Amino acid sequence: MALFPGWDTDDIMLAKRIIPCLDVKAGRVVKGVNFVELRDAGDPVEVARRYDEQGADEITFLDITASSDDRDIILHVVEQVAEQVFIPLTVGGGVREVADVRRLLNAGADKVSINTAAVNHPQLVADASAKVGSQCIVVAIDAKQTSPGKWQVFTHGGRNNTGLDAIEWAQRVTSLGAGEILLTCMDRDGTRNGFDLALTRAISEAVDIPVIASGGVGNLQHLADGVIAGKADAVLAASIFHYGEYTVRQAKQYMRDRGIEVRL
Amino acid sequence: MSCTVAVVDYGMGNLRSVAKAIEHVAPDDRVLVTADPAAIAAADRVVVPGQGAMPDCMRELEARGLRQPVLEAAAEKPFLGICIGLQMLFGHAEEGNVMGLGVLPGRVPRFPRAAMVAADGARLKVPHMGWNEVNQAVQEGGEVHPLWHGIADGSRFYFVHSYYVEPEHAEVIAGSTQYGIPFTSAVARANIFAVQFHPEKSAQAGLQLLGSFMRWKPSLC
Repeated sequence: MALFPGWDTDDIMLAKRIIPCLDVKAGRVVKGVNFVELRDAGDPVEVARRYDEQGADEITFLDITASSDDRDIILHVVEQVAEQVFIPLTVGGGVREVADVRRLLNAGADKVSINTAAVNHPQLVADASAKVGSQCIVVAIDAKQTSPGKWQVFTHGGRNNTGLDAIEWAQRVTSLGAGEILLTCMDRDGTRNGFDLALTRAISEAVDIPVIASGGVGNLQHLADGVIAGKADAVLAASIFHYGEYTVRQAKQYMRDRGIEVRL
Repeated sequence: MSCTVAVVDYGMGNLRSVAKAIEHVAPDDRVLVTADPAAIAAADRVVVPGQGAMPDCMRELEARGLRQPVLEAAAEKPFLGICIGLQMLFGHAEEGNVMGLGVLPGRVPRFPRAAMVAADGARLKVPHMGWNEVNQAVQEGGEVHPLWHGIADGSRFYFVHSYYVEPEHAEVIAGSTQYGIPFTSAVARANIFAVQFHPEKSAQAGLQLLGSFMRWKPSLC
């Protein structure tokens, strides 16, 4: 400590992150409130570059390609984006084995998000983090409230209840070696009513790895709520940025005005 | 004049991003991702990145016969260490209880659990992940290190790590950051510059630093 005299160590300068999320299907960014009506929303490289210019702290790609034949297309997308956008990239969707994780990292992803496969084979989280390091492994948790103060983990877009308690599952994947949790409040996803703040806070306080809040963002106040009331380390949103309602920079300015540390 | 930069490939982490970022800022230079000792020895500049666990990194470095080439590069040519590439320059690492290269005296401890508390009592997460401020150290003569040129003091860079370096000598500290405790986020000595954060993932500030490294002419004595 003698090396740094006079520092007030209570000041936390680490910025809360804002992460735009892009759904990618067969190599194109698609938009849609649900999975039924998808519209082409452009070239992933161009969209990613635009968010980078707006000051996005990271970008998350969710590969929603249905056909396994087209799975390799996401690798080319990641390669192209990583050549031009120099901020962290997270990629999720269809990750089933350690080899998938390695392929995505080799293509230029910094982190890989695992969802259903983690539920089916928790050992995958341990194997992947042992192989590539915890810092590269994000476990995505889709949670829904099942009774007051209780949330369970769902898969398949909220259709399958795994019966796992969301808080216990978050703690379990943390001990298996996850480096971060991407928590989606499934009751709120697509509603634009804001995060489930009780859920977000419960998960964030239950683990000592960073938690990204996702699902339900409809305005900038929701982002600030996720950090202040939800205790999230980062907030992820799709539609409020895609439709041009707000820029990432506006979101950051809004959060800064509410006393949240951001990178501006 | 175009130069060759070797990005040392010892099988740990995503070197492609580092190579692409350097190509982006130095399009006329040759960027070589290599595990070949001869290529490292022949390069004008050397970058040692690295992520994951320190014991794995040291083991892979040894297994590929790269300890000596990296030590030689650190002794004589413009050298940039990134993340584990910074940590391995030091001596004892708490992670896995291994020894680093010992180029700089000091140790590599983990963020102490007891100190990981914010002012409001909230627990600070480890790994330290995200964009944090780097305070540039003023060197003797009142200047900051030339690799900080064009970067505002206190600029944010992207970090992902659970361990940090604790140099024995304060004069090698080129930058510091705080997360529960103040820690050294950049070190410099002669031809060596090494950072805890990831310049290749730190947007404009990171690219500026990489560009400066590619033009840097350190005096070796």
